[in-house]
Amino acid sequence: MLLIACPYCGNRPETEFRCGGQAHIARPADPGALSDAQWAEYLFIRDNPRGIHAERWNHVHGCGRWFNARRDTVSDRFLATYKMGETPQSQESNSILSTSTQAEARA
Amino acid sequence: MAQPFRLSRGGRIDRSRPVRFTFNGRTVEGFHGDSVASALLANGIHLVGRSFKYHRPRGILSHGPDEPSALLSVDRGPGRIDPNNRASVVEARDGLKTLSQNHWPSLEHDIGAVNDLLSPVFVAGFYYKTFMWPRKFWDKVYEPFIRAAAGLGKAPSVPDPDRYANRHAHCDVLVVGAGPAGLSAALAAARTGKRVILADEGPEPGGALLHDVTAEIDGRPAAEWLSATLAELDSRETVILLPRTTAFGYYNHNHVALAERITDHLPNPGTAPRERLWQVRAEQVVLAGGSHERPLVFADNDRPGILLAESVRVFINRYGVAPGRRIVFATSGASAYAAALDAKAAGLHVTLVDLRTESECGPELARLKATGAEVLTGHTVIGAKGTKRVTGLIVAPVDRAGRCGARRLLPCDCVGMSGGWTPAVHLFSQSRGKLAYDETIDAFRPGTSVQAERSAGASRGTYDLAGCLQEGFAAGAAAARSEERRNFTASPTLTGFRPVRAMPTDVDPGKVRAFVDFQNDVTAKDITLAVREGFHSIEHVKRYTTTGMATDQGKTSNMNALGIVAGQLDKTLPGVGTTTFRPPYTPVTFGALVGPARHALFDPIRTTPIHEWAEEHGALFENVALWRRAWYFPKSGEDLHEAVARECEAVRKGVGIFDASTLGKIEVVGPDAAEFMNRIYINPWLKLDVGRCRYGLMLKEDGYILDDGVVARIAPDCFHVTTTTGGAPRVLAHMEDYLQTEWPDLRVFLTSTTEQWAVIALQGPKAREVIAPLVDGIDLSPEAFPHMAMRQGTICGVPTRLFRVSFTGELGFEINVPSDHARAVWEAVWKAGQAHGITPYGTETMHVLRAEKGYIIIGQETDGTVTPDDVGLSGMIAKAKKDFVGKRSLARPDVVASGRKQLVGLVTDDPKVVLDEGAQIVDDPGQPIPMRMLGHVTSSYWSPNCGRSIAMALVADGRARQGRSLHVTTPEGFARVTVVDPVFFDPKGERIHA
Repeated sequence: MLLIACPYCGNRPETEFRCGGQAHIARPADPGALSDAQWAEYLFIRDNPRGIHAERWNHVHGCGRWFNARRDTVSDRFLATYKMGETPQSQESNSILSTSTQAEARA
Repeated sequence: MAQPFRLSRGGRIDRSRPVRFTFNGRTVEGFHGDSVASALLANGIHLVGRSFKYHRPRGILSHGPDEPSALLSVDRGPGRIDPNNRASVVEARDGLKTLSQNHWPSLEHDIGAVNDLLSPVFVAGFYYKTFMWPRKFWDKVYEPFIRAAAGLGKAPSVPDPDRYANRHAHCDVLVVGAGPAGLSAALAAARTGKRVILADEGPEPGGALLHDVTAEIDGRPAAEWLSATLAELDSRETVILLPRTTAFGYYNHNHVALAERITDHLPNPGTAPRERLWQVRAEQVVLAGGSHERPLVFADNDRPGILLAESVRVFINRYGVAPGRRIVFATSGASAYAAALDAKAAGLHVTLVDLRTESECGPELARLKATGAEVLTGHTVIGAKGTKRVTGLIVAPVDRAGRCGARRLLPCDCVGMSGGWTPAVHLFSQSRGKLAYDETIDAFRPGTSVQAERSAGASRGTYDLAGCLQEGFAAGAAAARSEERRNFTASPTLTGFRPVRAMPTDVDPGKVRAFVDFQNDVTAKDITLAVREGFHSIEHVKRYTTTGMATDQGKTSNMNALGIVAGQLDKTLPGVGTTTFRPPYTPVTFGALVGPARHALFDPIRTTPIHEWAEEHGALFENVALWRRAWYFPKSGEDLHEAVARECEAVRKGVGIFDASTLGKIEVVGPDAAEFMNRIYINPWLKLDVGRCRYGLMLKEDGYILDDGVVARIAPDCFHVTTTTGGAPRVLAHMEDYLQTEWPDLRVFLTSTTEQWAVIALQGPKAREVIAPLVDGIDLSPEAFPHMAMRQGTICGVPTRLFRVSFTGELGFEINVPSDHARAVWEAVWKAGQAHGITPYGTETMHVLRAEKGYIIIGQETDGTVTPDDVGLSGMIAKAKKDFVGKRSLARPDVVASGRKQLVGLVTDDPKVVLDEGAQIVDDPGQPIPMRMLGHVTSSYWSPNCGRSIAMALVADGRARQGRSLHVTTPEGFARVTVVDPVFFDPKGERIHA
């Protein structure tokens, strides 16, 4: 069971959380202006990287807040968790930021 | 019985406390401290079961958790029968009943043993090769046959009467295994003051020190060091010492699951739980789980009386039991000499056969020879004699090329074999650590760690006592972030072995039955056959032959199997790789995993404030999500249909009262509340007047209906949202997601008020008359309080949000009152309604009444692939809104394409036929199979008010089929139906405005 650091509550077991999939995919400001292909890309297409992945998590059985996390999908290690709208704080995660993921490239 | 094989002295058993249990009905006597295995051996009982596939006689192979053969059913009293317990780990105690398994009619005479004679047929992949054709034999012949033959032991047939506990724990250092390495680690960690949990699967901590009676540590007997160490650990409040506790699973982020067995060893368990599941979250973990001895692979190596060499030593030293009087040790390494020396010291006749030549041996050879025991170096084991008990071992000299010399028969009643050692890397591997092959010990050992753990001692491939102690101490100190290190001196340990896969033999190896996996009856020739047939990946060989797939997960067999495959493919061991270790390390009871989550504690049950009233008035209940809802209120003698028919008519003709408290409720509050509602729902909200209601529909971003419900505007910045009963958490989560992550700029608060508001629905033409005398501060006249309005006032003096809404098509009110007052208000309304014939109704009647009106139910008419237009509700979409959640998807090509399934009504030709919900619909029942299915029935009822059956359905291009005939499947064949508008009653909707 993962141990996840909610930015509001601290370390809590995985069972208190719900994963909301890939992070940093902003809802388009004007969906009506998008082609079907662009809308489908936003709606359905997600990264499935082997390695660092930015994810949305919700502390659903705790404070109820959504936050973002960077997790290594191979080791399940969390490199950082951070509030919505923030960028990761830790030294370690900054080095990760420099190797931008597909998600970052798209966001 | 006199325990003829009990040694006159020695062992850690308490000879002053005899215990009696039964084995297959026969009384067996042992002593406190015995395992069932040691007590059986003390009484000369070696034959304890029949093997899985060939029903071969099997005995006790090992003294520990790796035991593959001696599996017993253990009966601890009524309802307390567990199959497949390893005799080696079940503690002997008074009153226990044990039974052997997998034989008929008896252990001694087993008909199934004919399988052994047919063994040439039951080769690797037998099932795959045999049960292929003909196809039609599968259901009637093959599957029942396989099911009858499959499985070991009998599953219990009654509910488990025991209680199981669950505990979460945190510690700085978790140490797994209380042998020399684990104890030393715990000591080092504990001395730093850190919180330590030390778990060991045995009843007594000590590991190998419990049977190594000659070892010394730091100049004093090992037993003294052991008791001093335990005393120190025991004296520290920061240390939790858990005996009889198996760490069986190593999960993410140092989450380790332990199964503690609390009462099985007690004759009178009292009220204590049987087992406790510990979920430990450890800062650091030290793995000191020891190692497993490998059997030697030779013909008939599975005969009762053939044990692992170290196990022979354990039975002699720890339990004071001689597994035989005349013991032959067969080995390819040094450790068996320690067993032989101890056996000799216990006065038993000892011969040792070593595959290694004299020059390969160490000091062990001279030590054993000095006792006068015969030692045959450079000898192989050709096979064993005896069937239900070994009677002799056939040995022969062998050269390095594998050529065998003249055979010699060594008569014996017990064999102790040793093919070397394998570190128990199971938990390390479960932690996702990478194994590294070490040629010097011919085994995989922990390589790169992934989690915060370290291995020490034999589980890391360190077999000498001083090394184990030193490594354990260093690991414990490092885990506790201490720099302290300690040197230990200890008497030298006999280590080292020559790796051997199958013993050289002078006969065709393809003809002998040399077992590799004892529990699944896999022989060396099965594995070589699998490789010859093209299974080269160890994962494939494992599944094809089932080696290592039994409940022991191949603890004794994996390395031998791997070695045979590698030899066959002429590859190195790491070239073949190893299979994956998965939890649990040893079998865990379902009870321990489930814990207290049974019966009423399995799932929470939600009830409304009206629940007891409904019970008192004879309601039957149905489960809706976690709620118990009143289903219908039968009067005496009524069945469901009669009760529902009466309730339905009562609502349409008079007045019915219904508990709608389970509706989800969310208060949406804030300056931007209306804007938020506008973005979440398809409907327009900005211009909804305070005091008015609207039926709202919300979509997921993919354009499909998520939920619906009536929403009232309480104030310009406050909406009272209702959701479906089951959808409440989902809707709140959906709203929160968008509010927090997409529109954090909106000033809105969402609060679940489901439990705060109880809802009393009063429906029917007389509803207004019933509540009129009870309501204050609200003008109930139709002009002042029209349909889809909400007023605030009081009812019976209780503040209310009174909704004039209807899910029945009748004049109706939903009286929202604070839950604490709900029962009082309900009873007041009930009393006031008596003069009007008020009738309580349940969810079944609610369903029928809404279906008569064609109102949809989320999850019944919708299934996550249904758009507003599909159910005829596209008119609710606010055309002027540029965007809302799901809007863009409503323009997707698939959503605007023709041929989508649309909601329609169906009436059967025969008005008495009530269709099945879920029944498929076709155009032409005469078409060839497979037929083209147009859709399915979503709702179907007998409608008392229409005097006929009614149904709703999703049908491809359904609205264009109005008036046409279709055919619906029924158990009796096809029923012809006509497609109609889905409003069956009061199509003009006049009654609702009364």
